[in-house]
Amino acid sequence: MKLKQLESYLGDVVQFANPKVELEQYPTGPHIASRMLFMAESSYGDIDGKVVADLGCGCGTLGIAALLLDAAQVVGVDVDGDALLLAHENCNELEVEMELIQASLTHLPWRGPIVDTVVMNPPFGTRCKGADMEFLAAALKVAGTAVYSLHKTSTRAHIKRVAVRDFGATSAEVLCELRYNLPASYKFHKQREVDIAVDLWRFTTS
Amino acid sequence: MRLITHNMLSCNIKGVTNGYPLGIEASRLETKESELNPEFLRKIFPKLEWKALRDAAHSLGLNDLPEHVEPSMLEDADFLKNFHHALLEVHLEEGALICPETGRRFPVTKGVPNMLLNEDEV
Ligand SMILES: C[S@@+](CC[C@H](N)C(=O)[O-])C[C@H]1O[C@@H](n2cnc3c(N)ncnc32)[C@H](O)[C@@H]1O
Repeated sequence: MKLKQLESYLGDVVQFANPKVELEQYPTGPHIASRMLFMAESSYGDIDGKVVADLGCGCGTLGIAALLLDAAQVVGVDVDGDALLLAHENCNELEVEMELIQASLTHLPWRGPIVDTVVMNPPFGTRCKGADMEFLAAALKVAGTAVYSLHKTSTRAHIKRVAVRDFGATSAEVLCELRYNLPASYKFHKQREVDIAVDLWRFTTS
Repeated sequence: MRLITHNMLSCNIKGVTNGYPLGIEASRLETKESELNPEFLRKIFPKLEWKALRDAAHSLGLNDLPEHVEPSMLEDADFLKNFHHALLEVHLEEGALICPETGRRFPVTKGVPNMLLNEDEV
């Protein structure tokens, strides 16, 4: 599948109707989601035929993208039941089958080592401080091969240090820097800046 | 929820040491056919807890998985068919997962297991 085609399919994913601000429910847009998954497959072969987990799956965009790129199985996890219902509807609409689990990443009820690749857009930690790092710790525990994740560019040095030193990543690399359009309710600074710089990371675990 | 997912879920209530595998109470199952991919089955096989899969399949009324397995069986078409069916085609739509140590029930609704813990469980 071509990148353009993937992006256009993802345009059909219905996004949160009533996002819960405290859970940082902003959707991963088709532009970013398609690039993230396309790169994971075309540059690293981390999607096709793999077992993929979408942590904090929300409306399901990343997991659906993985399925469109021929992931063998995708498991989506979110703490919020409404988000999971929406993800379920989106899967039906796009005619893909995703496994969905309601759980918190803080207490992930998971036994290794079935998942190959984790894809996620964790909360950036603006509302729930430290959520980004909690997600990363959980992802690096779950992934057999690689983790693709988005983090604020301003946290780059910290992420790199902690991922390798504390969370057991064998490598941590920024693949590219992206502009992420964040609803105004999440603004970080006093100014009404809504377009923030975000890094697309690839971590390896083996 | 399919049994591939069941195979990786465990109960993580604080203090529980034997939270795996979860028992299954099934009130509604659905079977959805999917394409058999022998290569995927061979790759996933060594990562599975076979006993957990077999017992789970059993509790869903699927009795075709052998107790003892060896990699050579992955060349056998009948074995692959039964393995594929149990692992990927049967969905638990309504029911519950049960912690083997505490008996705590995690409800499964519309195919989604709710593994959220209460405050006094974390
Ligand atoms: C930035 S959104 C991800 C959006 C998603 N990729 C999409 O396309 O819709 C973050 C998600 O993480 C979920 N979340 C927040 N805290 C969580 C936790 N502790 N455990 C699991 N999920 C959580 C939220 O419900 C939300 O859906």
